[in-house]
Amino acid sequence: MGEKNNMAYTKRFDGRKFDETRKITAKVGVVPNADGSAMFAFGDTVAIAAVYGPKQLHPQHMQNPEKGIMRVNYQMMSFSVSERIRPGPSKRSTEISKISEWALASSTLLGEFPNTVVDVHIMIPQADASTRCAGINAASLALAHAGVPMKDFVTSVSIGKMDKQMVVDVIKEEEDYEEGEGATDIAMSFMNRSGKLVHIQLDGKISHKELKEAVELGKKACKKIYEIQKKALKEVQENTGGKN
Amino acid sequence: MIEESNLTTKRIREYLEHGNRFDKRNPEEYREIKIEFGVSKKSEGSAKVKIGKTEVWAGVKMEIAEPYPDSKDKGNLMVTAELTPLSHPKFEYGPPKFEAIELGRLVDRGIRESKYIDLKKLCIEEGEKVWQIFVDVYSINDDGNLLDAAFIAAVAALKDAKVPFYDKKEGKIDYDKPSKEKLPLTENEPFNFSIYLIGDKFILDPTQDEENAGDGRLVLAVTPTKPISICSMQKSGEFEISEEKFSEILDTVEKTHKIIFSKIQKLVESSAKK
Repeated sequence: MGEKNNMAYTKRFDGRKFDETRKITAKVGVVPNADGSAMFAFGDTVAIAAVYGPKQLHPQHMQNPEKGIMRVNYQMMSFSVSERIRPGPSKRSTEISKISEWALASSTLLGEFPNTVVDVHIMIPQADASTRCAGINAASLALAHAGVPMKDFVTSVSIGKMDKQMVVDVIKEEEDYEEGEGATDIAMSFMNRSGKLVHIQLDGKISHKELKEAVELGKKACKKIYEIQKKALKEVQENTGGKN
Repeated sequence: MIEESNLTTKRIREYLEHGNRFDKRNPEEYREIKIEFGVSKKSEGSAKVKIGKTEVWAGVKMEIAEPYPDSKDKGNLMVTAELTPLSHPKFEYGPPKFEAIELGRLVDRGIRESKYIDLKKLCIEEGEKVWQIFVDVYSINDDGNLLDAAFIAAVAALKDAKVPFYDKKEGKIDYDKPSKEKLPLTENEPFNFSIYLIGDKFILDPTQDEENAGDGRLVLAVTPTKPISICSMQKSGEFEISEEKFSEILDTVEKTHKIIFSKIQKLVESSAKK
């Protein structure tokens, strides 16, 4: 046990501060055909998202006469990771699509668009962990770019616990950390204004006290990420008047 | 919606009668082409290609596989195309439709038949182990001529690719170990022409509207011999073509290749330096 304590996670693999995200890049307006689109990157984890709609939903039996619905599809490109991913949906991508949909749909106001659908397509060309968070962040930007009415803006981040050390924006090496208590990976998304959680997932082992800390840390990190997202939206407004 | 597109089609055909296009291009002229390397560090090689507003990304992945029974001493090549709903609302999720299958196959055949990749050099153990090359192509924005864009992107990704380190003892690939070994590529670099027939005229590099106005397409992959050689071809669509028209198309392709091929080489050179 003594030895393991020596191995405590005192320095991050990539030299970042514990509460520091990787370099964030955000660009709005990357798919001209879409009503809204964006690219969002945490370092080497890159996501692009495109939004089409609100538009008439077919088949008709799927329509909701009370409000518009949202469909999110998350997909990794085959060459986004070392071992090629076979094209087509997997259990993992199906689940991530749904949790992203739950996170994003809660921020939008689709009550005024009955019988319609907003399609959100997320693709990951390059992955180094936290892809769902990058995907949600790209999708939020794309929704805002498309002018879909929103009551709040969703931002997502991953918090890790390496042995006992809390870190912001987990990379693959950290996901695979095995020393001490090992790695706990917590992906979460917040609405910025209300501060409410709209998505949280956890894999690992963590005490309830630490989990509270993790959520607090995540919320702080999201505030900073949101500033960068806002800047990207302003840039596209200034450069193009919001048009593609 | 339907009326609107019929009107566009009518206009495109009228313009073309006088040799004109909406964007003022000549019938055989391409839109601006942009090539950028590096979509994914996790791929063996990758590239983004834009032709006008059309954008395609391609990546190469490599694995160890068994050779096909009819080519025991050669590496395997597989090209797959995904026409993503992200790139255009007309595309849907689900099993690939004919358009995506045909696109992947046309890129596959063009590259294979050109002998651009020396597949014999990708044999590790005859009949047992060879390199398998996957070229995966994704549409990012469709404004027509996805095929030519996909073809340029696939070739560029192959140029960018480095063969990953294979540990023969362990029988494993170490994808993280940096490699400088390029793919065994030959001088037969293929280029693809999608020719759209519209009435008794034809155009190269169609926009989406022009594709919709067309009667069908003739696809030719060529290699840069002088004059060019044709290495794969497909007539797709229900239309008729006279021998004269066919020969006129071949002459145009030969003429255009001279211009576009050297342009592509320059673009590749300048983006490789970045």
